[in-house]
Amino acid sequence: MLALPFVIFLILGVVVIIFYAERKLSAFIQDRLGPTEAGPYGTLQFAADILKLLQKEDIVPAAADKWLFKLAPLVIFAAVLAGFAVVPLTPTLIPSGTSLGLFFLLAIVSLDVVGLLMAGWGSNNKYALLGAMRSVAQIVSYEIPAGLAILSVVIISQSLDLQEISFQQGLHLRQFPGYGQETNYLFGLKAWGVDVTQVGGFLTWNILRMPLLSIGFVIYFIASLAECNRAPFDIPEAESELVAGFHVEYSGFRFAALFLAEYAMMLLVSLVAVVLFLGSWNTPFPNLGPVRLADWTTGALGSWSGHLWAFFWLVGKALVLMTVQVWLRWTYPRLRVDQLMHLCWKLLTPAALVLVLLAAVWRLFMI
Amino acid sequence: MGKETGSLQRRGFWRNAQSLWQGMALTFRHMLQARRRRAPLDIADPNYFAHQTGLVTLKYPYETLPVPENGRYRLHNEIDDCIVCDLCAKICPVDCITIESVKATEDIGETSDGTKKRLFAPMFDIDLAKCCYCGLCTTVCPTDCLTMTKVYDFPEVDIKNMIYHFTDLSPEQAEEKKRLWADQQEAVAKAKAEALKAGQQKKP
Ligand code: SF4
Ligand code: SF4
Repeated sequence: MLALPFVIFLILGVVVIIFYAERKLSAFIQDRLGPTEAGPYGTLQFAADILKLLQKEDIVPAAADKWLFKLAPLVIFAAVLAGFAVVPLTPTLIPSGTSLGLFFLLAIVSLDVVGLLMAGWGSNNKYALLGAMRSVAQIVSYEIPAGLAILSVVIISQSLDLQEISFQQGLHLRQFPGYGQETNYLFGLKAWGVDVTQVGGFLTWNILRMPLLSIGFVIYFIASLAECNRAPFDIPEAESELVAGFHVEYSGFRFAALFLAEYAMMLLVSLVAVVLFLGSWNTPFPNLGPVRLADWTTGALGSWSGHLWAFFWLVGKALVLMTVQVWLRWTYPRLRVDQLMHLCWKLLTPAALVLVLLAAVWRLFMI
Repeated sequence: MGKETGSLQRRGFWRNAQSLWQGMALTFRHMLQARRRRAPLDIADPNYFAHQTGLVTLKYPYETLPVPENGRYRLHNEIDDCIVCDLCAKICPVDCITIESVKATEDIGETSDGTKKRLFAPMFDIDLAKCCYCGLCTTVCPTDCLTMTKVYDFPEVDIKNMIYHFTDLSPEQAEEKKRLWADQQEAVAKAKAEALKAGQQKKP
């Protein structure tokens, strides 16, 4: 029960941080100042924006399909929010510890697409519909390389439980029920025989347990950008028509909800990337002989320090990834729709397929 | 042929990866340079163009670039020097100067460059909301009393306040001057009529 308010608090907190950071970073990249007026260094700008959005008129176009139109932001936001249910926050705190977590996550986040179509169709506006079609085409396409990259992690870790995957990537490995005898070898190669179970740190992250997974991480990261409609894949913002995709007709709080969903989605995909590839809530520092960096920055399982450290590492890594997302957005131009599909089907998907194969082979050496 | 395109594509991939990386590095440099910020320097300052990196935005109302002494922005009329010749109103391309004139009953003095003043200006309004700051009015002004000043920041909440009244007569004074002129005209007319009558009576 503790987890729900915690997750909502987490989402809102991180969204506020990244919303502010996006404005400041984009300003710095363009040699501007960004918000400076509301609060010190413009920190209260988001509050001003939210107040502004809240007091705006809630417009529902006369010819719109009212039910679809009104429900769409709810569906989109609920789909993204439900995804957080299975993301582990600390070794012992997870909103819903199901053994099918990853499967649930992929399934429920795909519902997002339904919400987008509802928004586009319900607006009864051809630009909204076109924008929705673009978004949906893009998200459905990119779910394939993302899914394959995730699949290769699943093959390596032999589990769909996000908490189990997290435990495998760190010092607490043997504390997971049924894992008493497990050992982490360097690069996952038992034949080399370098035991890193008690070394921890980044050496036990999935991208080093199977080094090729770092390619998987890149594939997943690119695909996840497309999944949350972030630049350079923000194709729903149709440039030739200069309208903002499926949410042209939305105003006030409904628009805010759509926007919030985009940022929540950014957080979700970053958290999933961290859990699957970057060691989840495990510290990045390894134990080096007497210098027990990993022990010092981990804390005991279930203790307060353990909770705090784990939470810190998880959110910290996610924030780094989100910063990279912002950085990418303000660096690269938007892709054309055919380039987008080319990248997805001709580069990422084959690469991810090969990766799945290699992951399966690698797994043979790990046992 | 096939082999060649294949190798080209491979080289293309690395070229692309390289240029993508260069883009990232470029924006990252800008992010780091955000610690430096341009100072509000005068254009005459030798360091004016020295600032090449970092943020260029100025926090405008708090920081401003100094304007040179001969900056040409808001109009000012030194009404004491104005001979109400109406030239400025005539040349103004957007007709934003409105002048009314009343003749004086006697000489009302001299401008600072020695021109005689014979007209009062009960109304001398410049609508700076319309003005396009072309400066034509200042060039035609024979007494150089209409000038552009270096004040460029004069927004108003009410657009009516953008009409600047330069006249130095109060409405009552203006009325009085008009009456005086009319009285004088009347007196002159009367004197003329009487002189005419006297002449006619003398003749026969
Ligand atoms: S500056 Fe130009 S537009 Fe303005 S009042 Fe003078 S003549 Fe008219
Ligand atoms: S041109 Fe100069 S002197 Fe003549 S009316 Fe205008 S301001 Fe007065």
